[in-house]
Amino acid sequence: MSNYTEDQLAKDLESQEYKFGFTSNFESDKAPKGLNEDIIRFISAKKEEPEWLLNHRLEAFAVWKSLVEPEWAHVQYTKPDFQDITYYAAPKQSKKYESWDDVDPEMKETMKKLGISLDEQQRLTGTNVAVDFVMDSVSVATSFKAKLNELGIIFCSFSEAVQDHPELVRAHMGTVVPTTDNFYAALNSAVFTDGSFCYIPKGVRCPMELSTYFRINEGGTGQFERTLVVADEGSYVSYLEGCTAPQRDENQLHAAVVELIAKDGAEIKYSTVQNWYPGDKDGKGGIFNFVTKRGICGTNSKISWTQVETGSAVTWKYPSCILKGDNSIGEFYSVAVTNNYQQADTGTKMIHLGKNTKSTIISKGISAGKSHNSYRGLVQIHKNASNARNFSQCDSLLMTDECGAHTFPYIECKNSSAKIEHEATTSKIGEDQIFYCKQRGISEEKAIGLIVNGYCKEVLNQLPMEFAVEAQKLLSISLEGSVG
Amino acid sequence: MAVIAENTVNFTKALAPTSLSVSKSNIEKAMYTLENSPLPTTRNEAWKYTRLVKIGKVKFQNTKATIASIDPYKIVESACTFVFVNGHFSAELSSRVIPAGVTCELLSELNEEIGTSVNLENELFNATNTAHLTGGIRITISAKTVVESPIQIIHVLKGDHVISNFRTIIKAEKFSKSAIVQGFFSEEGEVNFCNNITEVSVEDNAFLTIDKIQYESENSFHINTEEVQQAKNSNFTINTFTLNGGIVRNNLHINVNGENCESHLNGAYLLKNKQHVDNHSIVDHKVPNCESFELYKGVIDDNSTGVFNGKVYVRQDAQKINAFQSNGNVLLSDNATINSKPELEIYADDVKCSHGSTTGQLDEEAVFYLRARGLSEKSARQLMVSAFIGEVLNKVENEQVLDFIHGILRKRFDWNL
Repeated sequence: MSNYTEDQLAKDLESQEYKFGFTSNFESDKAPKGLNEDIIRFISAKKEEPEWLLNHRLEAFAVWKSLVEPEWAHVQYTKPDFQDITYYAAPKQSKKYESWDDVDPEMKETMKKLGISLDEQQRLTGTNVAVDFVMDSVSVATSFKAKLNELGIIFCSFSEAVQDHPELVRAHMGTVVPTTDNFYAALNSAVFTDGSFCYIPKGVRCPMELSTYFRINEGGTGQFERTLVVADEGSYVSYLEGCTAPQRDENQLHAAVVELIAKDGAEIKYSTVQNWYPGDKDGKGGIFNFVTKRGICGTNSKISWTQVETGSAVTWKYPSCILKGDNSIGEFYSVAVTNNYQQADTGTKMIHLGKNTKSTIISKGISAGKSHNSYRGLVQIHKNASNARNFSQCDSLLMTDECGAHTFPYIECKNSSAKIEHEATTSKIGEDQIFYCKQRGISEEKAIGLIVNGYCKEVLNQLPMEFAVEAQKLLSISLEGSVG
Repeated sequence: MAVIAENTVNFTKALAPTSLSVSKSNIEKAMYTLENSPLPTTRNEAWKYTRLVKIGKVKFQNTKATIASIDPYKIVESACTFVFVNGHFSAELSSRVIPAGVTCELLSELNEEIGTSVNLENELFNATNTAHLTGGIRITISAKTVVESPIQIIHVLKGDHVISNFRTIIKAEKFSKSAIVQGFFSEEGEVNFCNNITEVSVEDNAFLTIDKIQYESENSFHINTEEVQQAKNSNFTINTFTLNGGIVRNNLHINVNGENCESHLNGAYLLKNKQHVDNHSIVDHKVPNCESFELYKGVIDDNSTGVFNGKVYVRQDAQKINAFQSNGNVLLSDNATINSKPELEIYADDVKCSHGSTTGQLDEEAVFYLRARGLSEKSARQLMVSAFIGEVLNKVENEQVLDFIHGILRKRFDWNL
């Protein structure tokens, strides 16, 4: 303190005042706009988090400050102002619901509009689907918990997991996507509000599809979800994630992190249907979706990613598999549809580290309107990954003469026993195919829907039943009026 | 940044400015780039897989040298053969019988200013070539001329730390048909650097084939840039064979500016020891109704590294484009590496574009089959490798070029087929 000057004192006082200024706001359920350490402390305090998690957040924040936003993706957009985002918002009704009947009828109505109504699901699927509904950062309703409990399966919101199973969360969080991973992963690690946590104990086969619906509700709120799925040795789980968002004028940021851990002999199937608001016909508004999804495989394990992407103004998403254990398998099935001014830069990374590892990549891109759809993938065979096998197929379908379809595969091989195949095609729907359908009395619009569904079949077949139907509907809605 | 910039120009520091009549504005641009652009690192997407640190460390110079005979380097028997040693024209070894309808001018004998179609901004090696141009040749095939035997250009590097900054300018005028054979060799001497630029303009309805053989020493550097402009109804073929060299980089940039064009890009690379070969190609379809075919195949052995980066652009409104790209690799050793990056950027819808990339090894069952029929292990493998590479070799029309390549394969890879 020998060099403590007046200037420094003034500075200290300034920052102190700032701090106190905040405390008064802390009582509200919405954090003020902006991002700094105080906001992170606020979120952490709000969630009643243990000290280690707060430190984890602060570390991530320090990393984030040292990183710059990536620009290599084939997308163009106005970068979000990170100081103009509210990092925490809880719905006004913050009490937990004991049963479905307690839920605010207004909220039920919104869900109905989204076509994902819980009670409808409950009625239709009996007890087959457990839904953990996330409405603006706070988990509202959790069902089928008892049944899962019997088997020892933990399926709850991330914040609950932090309270109830801190040892599991601490042991696995950040092991697949470290805080230093990339700009958005670091941001998420610093400010994530909630998400889902799933743990399947040794040798248990989860009897139902686990699903979570994400939705952005309040305007100007960025949502930073964190999902962690841990499948212990010899277990199996199929996890569904679906997103819908209502119309918004300003761009909203969504930077989620999903971590999958498949231990020896385990299998995780992760399916996503993503339908964030893509912006209007002139490219105004829409969600920015910058997601880091990654899974790690132990010996004899398998991770399978299936995604149907129809929404978001800008998508930047690469669900990846680290095939660390011998004989592990990674799969990636994707349909990405872009329309109007949407931009998508999506693909996968398959990192082969173990022996006899296999990966399959099937990517189907559909571009319409003035959109741009890119596949960017990496297949990396490391030196010790002998007998590795990869098959990649990336097809692009162009619907109009103003859209673009791009393919950027990276293939890196350092082992001579590896077999890698990559194939990509780009073309439009054959006029003869449409002609044939029309001849048989099918309208042009319907014909295109038919052809597109056939084109995507390989991927749609991978989806669980509940999603496959929804996905098919989504495809036709997304491509409505895009006949070129 | 200043530190990096200092490192940059190191390898050109000892070089004298060009004595050729390169246009002043180009020299200024080039000098600016040399002073301000750092040596590309692997963080630069275009150089992601090729490390240039080794080049940055050497202080290159350009000296004149003589070689005893041209016989070992003669690819084809042609009366029109130009020989350049370290980038300087060798009159005694060359044979300047120019076919009718063809003009061949040495850039050193040219009275007019030398312009350029290559990008000088931020392109360090193009800038080096321009600012320190050693020699060059301009070949013009006049309209409606069919040249029977190919025009041969042979480059030999001799001496230590020698750099040759060479420029070839080829103009195939309307309705002409011709073939050019380029050979790059080195004799004695360590750590040489061949920095070559070929500017090609294929005019309406012209037909041009370039066969390029790269066979330099294992510690040499070779950077080759081809800037090609194709006008309507033209047909352009380039066959690149990389058979030896330390760090080899081929930049092929084909601009298809006219309709109904055909472009063929073929390449084969056979690597061993610590070689590093990087084939970069860009085919830019700017107008409708064109076709391009790309086929690159590589056999990678020992500690060598192969890189393939092929890019196809189809610009908006460039409808009815058929663009095909194929890259096949065989890895023969556990320390061999291949990085393949075939890319498509398509902005038009009525197109047929595809690319494929494979990496694998020789089929053990096929080897067993051949051995069961009395072939030795070695010849069985050779037979399979030759069949694999054969697809590319078959694209070469000139028998003499093929024989020459086979000669090298026998010599360097012990082929006895």
